[in-house]
Amino acid sequence: MASEDITQENSFNITLGNRSKLMEHIVKLAMVLSALVAVAVTIGIVLSLMFEALEFFKKIPFSEFLFSIEWSPQTALRTDQVAAEGKFGVIPLFTGTLLISAIAMCVATPLGLASAVFLAEYASKRTRDWVKPMLEILAGIPTVVYGFFAALTVAPFIRMTGNNMGLEVSSESALAAGLVMGIMIIPLISSLSDDVINAVPQAMRDASLGMGATHSETVKKVILPATLPGIAGSLLLAASRAIGETMIVVMAAGLAANLTANPLEAVTTITAQIVALLTGDQEFDSAKTLSAFALGLMLFIVTLVLNYISLRIVKKYREQYD
Amino acid sequence: MQKTPLISAKDVDVFYAKKQALDKITLDIPEHKVTSLIGPSGCGKTTFLRCINRMNDLVDICRVAGEIKIMGQDIYAPEVDVVALRANVGMVFQKPNPFPKSIFDNVAYGPKIHGLAKTKGDMEEMVEWSLRKAGLWEEVKDRLAETGTGLSGGQQQRLCIARAIAVKPKVILMDEPCSALDPIATAIIEELIDELRKKFTIIIVTHSMQQAARVSQRTAFFHMGILVESGATKSLFTAPQDERTQNYITGRIG
Amino acid sequence: MTNPTTSFLKGQKHLNRRHNAEQRFQWMGRIAIALSLIFLAFMITSIIWQGKGAVSTTKVMLAFDLSAQMVDPENIKGASYEKIVKSALRSQFPNAKKRKQKKALYALVSSDAGFQLRDQILANPALLGAEQTLWVSASDDVDMLMKGHISRAGAQSDRRVNDDQIGWIDTLSDEDAIKRVFNIGFFTSGDSREPELAGILSALVGSALSLLVCFALSFPIGILAAIYLEEFAKKNRWSDLIEININNLAAVPSIVFGLLGLSIFLNVFGLPRSSPLVGGMVLALMTLPTIIIAARASLRAVPPSIREAALGMGASPVQTTFHHVAPLALPGFLTGTIVGMAQALGETAPLLMIGMVAFIVDIPSSILEPATALPVQIFLWADSPERAFLEKTSAAIIVLLIFLVLMNIIAITLRKKYETRF
Repeated sequence: MASEDITQENSFNITLGNRSKLMEHIVKLAMVLSALVAVAVTIGIVLSLMFEALEFFKKIPFSEFLFSIEWSPQTALRTDQVAAEGKFGVIPLFTGTLLISAIAMCVATPLGLASAVFLAEYASKRTRDWVKPMLEILAGIPTVVYGFFAALTVAPFIRMTGNNMGLEVSSESALAAGLVMGIMIIPLISSLSDDVINAVPQAMRDASLGMGATHSETVKKVILPATLPGIAGSLLLAASRAIGETMIVVMAAGLAANLTANPLEAVTTITAQIVALLTGDQEFDSAKTLSAFALGLMLFIVTLVLNYISLRIVKKYREQYD
Repeated sequence: MQKTPLISAKDVDVFYAKKQALDKITLDIPEHKVTSLIGPSGCGKTTFLRCINRMNDLVDICRVAGEIKIMGQDIYAPEVDVVALRANVGMVFQKPNPFPKSIFDNVAYGPKIHGLAKTKGDMEEMVEWSLRKAGLWEEVKDRLAETGTGLSGGQQQRLCIARAIAVKPKVILMDEPCSALDPIATAIIEELIDELRKKFTIIIVTHSMQQAARVSQRTAFFHMGILVESGATKSLFTAPQDERTQNYITGRIG
Repeated sequence: MTNPTTSFLKGQKHLNRRHNAEQRFQWMGRIAIALSLIFLAFMITSIIWQGKGAVSTTKVMLAFDLSAQMVDPENIKGASYEKIVKSALRSQFPNAKKRKQKKALYALVSSDAGFQLRDQILANPALLGAEQTLWVSASDDVDMLMKGHISRAGAQSDRRVNDDQIGWIDTLSDEDAIKRVFNIGFFTSGDSREPELAGILSALVGSALSLLVCFALSFPIGILAAIYLEEFAKKNRWSDLIEININNLAAVPSIVFGLLGLSIFLNVFGLPRSSPLVGGMVLALMTLPTIIIAARASLRAVPPSIREAALGMGASPVQTTFHHVAPLALPGFLTGTIVGMAQALGETAPLLMIGMVAFIVDIPSSILEPATALPVQIFLWADSPERAFLEKTSAAIIVLLIFLVLMNIIAITLRKKYETRF
């Protein structure tokens, strides 16, 4: 007994007890697994979309999906019905998505950039401190609220104005959805661009102002060109957000798959169709239901590419001035 | 004995919020000479330099009192347009800060914003003239389209000088233009400064007394926000009137 | 080739042009901000304006014949209350003779009026045996007319309320037999096909249950992942891959998460459709990137000296992290989590994918029962044609926004309170 006590006192205890060692291993394992969830989600998304999309392409050839210009996914009421298969040409959905996103970007780009420049270059700290959070509110409002506002206030207003001007405006016009979506993504552009503009070293401004350039000349000829990559990144991210936006288009853009570039007509989008195809009854062997996953896969790929490029650009840009 | 000075400062006080940075500075700066502003760190020499083209306007908390006259015009008078002032009083900064544009566009920037060149030929001529004056032409004439940030530090600083002189200012302010450069690049810039004074009036802030002695004809010594002594460079360094100047140039303070 | 601006004075022509351009440029910025904020203000006020009416609802007072002949005191539940309500209406307005007129007359009260009558009797059986004047809900059209949303003008055929009905309502209101009361039912009942009866409680409970599941999953996973990436992972290809993954997931459209939930959670795992469990799981996956990114920023703000001190005392890296670093970063974790939860609360599209669009009258009592969520309820009501649902939708939006504002205020207060500059 006595000798044991002595050895314990005299030796350094440099190892942890077995129990706490085990605990540490468990905690570490839990951490690694948690971090891997993010990867698992991505893999899960890709696999689930791919699997169902492949099923779809067994029924409908890929080329027809990609190049046909008609979209009318009818379900067969009876199996022997003629032409029960429906038409699955994605082109009108694509153009509809692009049309609405383009309108949104046309609204959000000038407003977002002008706001960002004003906040970063001209606004006093006090103005910044209250205007920035106010703009962020726009991004925090749920999209279903924008959808409601677009469908019940903006769309009728545009229709009325258009009719007064003698234009024929559909009650679910691309313009209403795009306009409201544009407002929604303003803060996305303004806050990212604001960061980018703030990253430009003061020395650039000093150099330009010191030569007698006005502040706006400095912004237009030095700062904006220098921040172009970063701003492009923020615009891409905003575009990706617009393409993937669902509720506004579901509520305000409608389901008519028109192939048109007229913003006063109704168009439909990829996301709106996914919702239309998957709410209500589903049969997982019908081309109609499966087509939603093919659309989802396309949406995922497009937004992933846009996000990846924009994140790369922004990151590279930040490093430039570090 | 001397003709009227190009710049004359009278009782210039500068405050940063409550803190006084310059106290009753009175200094005349003659035309076509290089004037050095020397003194220990934080003595106010850079602050004074930045008063001359009103760069201090950009600092919200900064307040300037007293008067600075250039060619007889008080530059802090309300009728003065700061854009026009800065077109006449150019500035070269401590760290070379070329724009992330091509070498040509860097130099062409000033003439472009001030509308000095009527034609493309005019502009090319101006850029070449400025780059030649800045001693950079031979090195960059074949790569004017390359970006200015790709040049070496010394070349970048000469590019900034070329950019500043392209608008043909009366005065060039230089804020420790060589502090970020190696000795060889420094020597080239110092030679250039001597060359430039034929056309321009130069005011240079420097940490290095040797540099002040080499490049300037007149020197002003600042200490803790006051102008202790000013005069011909030679006499200031050989026979300082004030004990503080004496201490500084012999290395006891600073 | 001389500098034309040898004068420093203002008012030179070319300078004026440039200063004007400067002013225009600044005004563009101001106008852009003003436009965005005006839009925001307009949207919010218009929704409040449309929704404020939902605070009240219209009740009608009628004299009901509750004699033993109509209601058997032994069998209160067995009586036909619909008949009692109809006869009360008929005796109040005997001028309704034709079938069509009678139908219009019955449409004055809510289809729920009979049940309301029954409930009042069950609560107070002493009412039985005589004629009693009691209040019941008016129909949504009457409610809308009383609130001025349905116009009395115009051709009868264009109106939801015909001339007979208007006459009856005016009679009632002359007799003080019609009143507007606080609409407690909006906060205490579930969805209904009848706008005057529809409430948000079932949607609120559905949202709360989903958020609970979402929090229970995303908080521990997000924090552990953040701690791992920030404190333990070596900088290599794997950690880069995870990082890129997280950043990309943060920008994946929400509907794609819904598709994932549909095909994996519902079809592969066979979890119950429309349930808050699946809803919460999908929302958890979406909020994960937000939480991880915020938690990492908060860990980064903990100065290395704290880690060095703990390690220097002989604490293991895991002990150091969980005993010393994580507690300091906790306010940041919570802030990020609340912001993530607020996002999840407003999310609609992925919930549509997993079937949380069902018509839910009953309040869900567990995370496995079918439920809906507040934003989905808004979506469903917004689609309804009745004018009265417009009011309900706006009111539900106001409730949703109030919750979001509260969550964000908590997050901001938390951030301000624990904002330590190390």
